[in-house]
Amino acid sequence: MTKKATVRVGDRVFSTTTVVAGAVILATLAAVAIFLVIQSIPALVAGEGELPNDSANFWQYVGPLVFGTVWAAFLALLFATPLSIGIALFISHYAPRRVSQTLGYIIDLLAAVPSVVFGLWGIVVLAPLVQPLYQWLGDNLGWIPLFAGPISGTGRTILTAAMVLAVMVIPIMTAICREVFLQAPRLHEEAALALGATKWEMIRMSVLPFARSGIVSAVMLGLGRALGETFAVAMVLSPAFIVKFALLQAQNPNTIAANIALQFPEATGLSVNALVASGLVLFVVTLLVNVLARWIISRRAAFSGADA
Amino acid sequence: MKLTRIAPLGALVAASALVLAGCASNEASADGNTPSGDSSATALSGTINGIGSSAQGTAQQTWIAGIQTANPDLNINYDPQGSGAGRKSFISGAADFAGSDAALSDEELSSTFAMCADGTSAIDLPVYISPIAIAYNLEGVDDLKLDAATIAGIFSGKITKWNDSQIAALNDGVTLPDAAITVVHRSDDSGTTQNFTEYLAANAADAWGQEPSQTFPFQVGDAAKGTSGVAEATKSAKNSITYIDESGAAGLSIAQLKVGDSFVKISADGAAAVVADSPLVTGRGDNDLAIDINRTDTQANAWPLVLVSYLIACQQYKDAATGSLVSSYIQYAASDAAQQAAAAQAGSAPLSAELSAKVIAAAQTIK
Repeated sequence: MTKKATVRVGDRVFSTTTVVAGAVILATLAAVAIFLVIQSIPALVAGEGELPNDSANFWQYVGPLVFGTVWAAFLALLFATPLSIGIALFISHYAPRRVSQTLGYIIDLLAAVPSVVFGLWGIVVLAPLVQPLYQWLGDNLGWIPLFAGPISGTGRTILTAAMVLAVMVIPIMTAICREVFLQAPRLHEEAALALGATKWEMIRMSVLPFARSGIVSAVMLGLGRALGETFAVAMVLSPAFIVKFALLQAQNPNTIAANIALQFPEATGLSVNALVASGLVLFVVTLLVNVLARWIISRRAAFSGADA
Repeated sequence: MKLTRIAPLGALVAASALVLAGCASNEASADGNTPSGDSSATALSGTINGIGSSAQGTAQQTWIAGIQTANPDLNINYDPQGSGAGRKSFISGAADFAGSDAALSDEELSSTFAMCADGTSAIDLPVYISPIAIAYNLEGVDDLKLDAATIAGIFSGKITKWNDSQIAALNDGVTLPDAAITVVHRSDDSGTTQNFTEYLAANAADAWGQEPSQTFPFQVGDAAKGTSGVAEATKSAKNSITYIDESGAAGLSIAQLKVGDSFVKISADGAAAVVADSPLVTGRGDNDLAIDINRTDTQANAWPLVLVSYLIACQQYKDAATGSLVSSYIQYAASDAAQQAAAAQAGSAPLSAELSAKVIAAAQTIK
């Protein structure tokens, strides 16, 4: 009897704790959203000549920033996705056990490096290193609009920023991909090999289809981090107020988060509201990305091949 | 079955609750210990907090170290978040004083200052003068001469080559390369940009064609964050040029500036001389020393490309103890010893004796 009572108390405490935890996170999210909306209103209704950058209205102000945010994140994923899958496959299926463990630790360590350090690395090491390559690309492939000149003299372009972002999102994407690849059913793999498949064919037929939804969620998590990354971009990128696809020029579209970090310290009056409102837009963009990720994962779950 | 599973969970929750409670009580006691600055009679004691200009950051650290060495119980904090943030925090009462590269605007002056006694206002006291350099990285050229119109042409993107006739005309006998100019400017809003554009608007209005602003107005060249970011970008790029606080220009060549009819080299004395030669902004309180910098000063060795940064404080504080600490701190910051120390540490230009005396006199009236 007494034992039963103790359990009940524990049960109640536990369920209350979880409810409180759940409620706290919802309340925090709501508080952030309410703050963003209230502070944004003056900027949303502002007229011509009141906003920074001579914007006629808020959407004209935030447009180039949204473009820059999405473009930089997209470029970063373009580098990071194949690399992460490659690293994860190497760790899970190719590397000798000892090597794979060491490599796994190193990749995880990369995730612990603060973004300011990546920013410094981008300025001091990466940008001067890639600038001659950019010059060469511009001289020889300048007819491709992406590589059109004039080439930046410092190398601090959106392509450099995207490379830094890629390095920053690789650890989390690799970690997820690795876990998923390791969970690929052993029986499938052995069956494929027994039927005479090479290692590559085995991975293509049994590991990758099984891991597809996992890879998608890894990409989405990486995208979330790339969209919100602030300091590394603020330090590395040479920003301007434009919409442009060119990768190697000195004037690059800025990202929302980096723009807030750069302009907030000296902002006054309506400029502050405009920055907060751009934060609200980033909030919405990130929310959409997350919803999209959930949807894709739920849709793909049926094709995972794990039901055998 | 179920019971045995849940029981350990309950134990876990109880245990973690205990651990958490332990943490909380630790924190509380740690918090209780921190604000223990009791006032003693002889030396200054207590805590004041300032927020503001990052340009002043190094100088403030120097002054704080100086005054705290003399008064071990005094605690001054300065957070270099930026001038705008400093003024905002001061007005809202989050900071006891502000450091700012711009004096309070008329609009800000008419607002209510949370720290100040009812019916009183705030005053601007200049404590930090820094020459702004036109720094460049151009191989084989280490004695470049420029005038305001040419600088305006370069930074607005009208002059794109180093061997442009307008630059060549100012640099007789110098071989200028046939290379594109990489302009580097600030990507964040800054007092340096504000003062640079003020200088160009006053001296080359036609070529510049823009109002002074703390945002760089043209889409030209590279942008980088902060003084250090600009310095790094200019050093790493060939054939580049930038405007930068002189203290951050180490490792770069600094152009001579045409002032009047002659070319002058950058100097702390020249910057201080221009400030000493400038009138105060009119229509302000007696103790407000906001300076209307004479950008077209042509006296010998004058360097009109100069940034003046202020300490902003209440004329009368609600809390008299805070008032006396702020008063003492500003008097110390404007003193000759402190100004020389900042010059050595931050590369600033010491206030002229006359201006220093004025600032100290005004600071003494802070209550």
